Amino acid sequence: MNVNNLGLITRNDQLNYKPNIKRNLGNRLMTGLAALFSIVAVLPLVLVLGYILLKGASKISISLFTELPPPPGLEGGGIGNAILGTFVVTFIAALFAIPIGVGGGIYLAEYSRSDWFAQFIRFGTNVLSGVPSIIAGVFIYGTLVTTRLLFGNAYSAVAGGLALSILMIPTVIKTTDEGLKLVPDDLRRGALGVGASRFITITRITLPAAFTPIATGVVLSIARAAGETAPLIFTALFSPYWADLLSVDGWFSSIATLSVLIYNFSIMPLEVQNELAWAASFVLVALILALNLSARWLGRVASR
Amino acid sequence: MTLQSADNQPSTHEEVAVSMQNVTISYGNAAAVRDVFCDIPSGKVTALIGPSGCGKSTILRSINRMNDLIEGCTLKGRVLFDGVDLYAPTVDPVEVRRRIGMVFQQPNPFPKSIYENVAFGARINGYTGNMDELVERSLRQAAVWDECKDKLKESGYSLSGGQQQRLCIARTIAIQPEVILMDEPCSALDPISTLKIEETMHELKKSFTIVIVTHNMQQAVRVSDETAFFNAETVENRSGKVGYLVEFNDTQSIFNSPQEQATQDYVSGRFG
Repeated sequence: MNVNNLGLITRNDQLNYKPNIKRNLGNRLMTGLAALFSIVAVLPLVLVLGYILLKGASKISISLFTELPPPPGLEGGGIGNAILGTFVVTFIAALFAIPIGVGGGIYLAEYSRSDWFAQFIRFGTNVLSGVPSIIAGVFIYGTLVTTRLLFGNAYSAVAGGLALSILMIPTVIKTTDEGLKLVPDDLRRGALGVGASRFITITRITLPAAFTPIATGVVLSIARAAGETAPLIFTALFSPYWADLLSVDGWFSSIATLSVLIYNFSIMPLEVQNELAWAASFVLVALILALNLSARWLGRVASR
Repeated sequence: MTLQSADNQPSTHEEVAVSMQNVTISYGNAAAVRDVFCDIPSGKVTALIGPSGCGKSTILRSINRMNDLIEGCTLKGRVLFDGVDLYAPTVDPVEVRRRIGMVFQQPNPFPKSIYENVAFGARINGYTGNMDELVERSLRQAAVWDECKDKLKESGYSLSGGQQQRLCIARTIAIQPEVILMDEPCSALDPISTLKIEETMHELKKSFTIVIVTHNMQQAVRVSDETAFFNAETVENRSGKVGYLVEFNDTQSIFNSPQEQATQDYVSGRFG
């Protein structure tokens, strides 16, 4: 017996691995369980992507991107107007959400001291980010669509974009706020120490230093907004035609989007429309996947 | 203790760069340092020494209003610079910091190229001269030109810690301030970098007034002309300590023949 071991601790005489003792059995069991659950966790992702790929990818063709959906009963056609519409509505949403969100985040991180107002905004942002998306849609429907506040227009691309921007703003505020908080105070002091004003410190030093997290947050919020359906159903509505983007009217009239097209076409009792809905699902998922990947890529490029 | 015996004249009638008159600085309700009177002479190196928590960094930051950034920090009394009270309501802290630059404890170059690091301050201060010239001159004065002249376009982070700190000094010089404040500029550096920065300071005091906070008494002896010794005392009914200025004199006197017992104890290493 070892001099240090007074017999109070059981010890094996050999150091080699024994697979059948309790400790090692338990270890293997738990490792197996953890692996099983992680597989179950990614299963939905794989299944959804696989199913959409299977159902939608076969429909991919040039005409899908360039043609209008066919009237009920006819064959062929595409979802070109919906793809364009998704881009337009998301662009409008980003146009409103990015300046407001980044501005709000800058206020929270750089200007506000920890007073009740900043606390209130942070709390409000958290609440807003948890609000169901349909509420944003109903809100815009009630305030802009039914009242025809936007120059007498009811359903419009702009109203849809505004509804989406309500969903984007909390995310953008939060990521900007957190991104700026990651910038070391040393940098701010350094800039102020050479006589920079607060404005110059923010625009020339802290914002560029926090560019990656902010840009990543913005891209992710765009990806989220691009896939939303509920807020668009009664704000942007739908349109079987091309949006006339060269005229002002085009921006203020109802517009087709991928998500609403999926919603409308998948429940129609028509084979052609159902297939278009699958193809649209595929395009939308591919779009969102691309946005997410570009957010990751952005993070990697800038951190180098 | 090693001491140089040169320039050991008592200071008389020199120009005053910054004058602190009955300055008390508080964080919230608790005073951090109280009742400071001192005249920091122009064109010299003044060292602030003392044990931790004696408020020497607080005093230093008050000279270019860096304490404004700290929530709840208030100052009573007057800090005169060029005869103007820096804490008068009409004074713009940004203008103050353009004339009283600062070098920090941790080297903090901007995430920009070496060239841009130096040019940044000058540019936002409306410098219209030849920028290349200014960058080279500033880097030379900060004794870091030779190490980075071939990689001016590279990031400031590509330099070593000591080089980064000298880059930060160059950045401060480039705005051509009248006073440079240094808050323990060598505490994060190795002895060789420290030596280089100290050599730099000997050059710099020809053109600038320098105030340096240091924990290293040998450094104070090596670089400074004047030394202010701060001490901290516990106050009743409160947990923290409050700092106060014990003695302010030329460095030789502080280290060789201090007037106060506390100074004697501190410089001979008996406490602190």
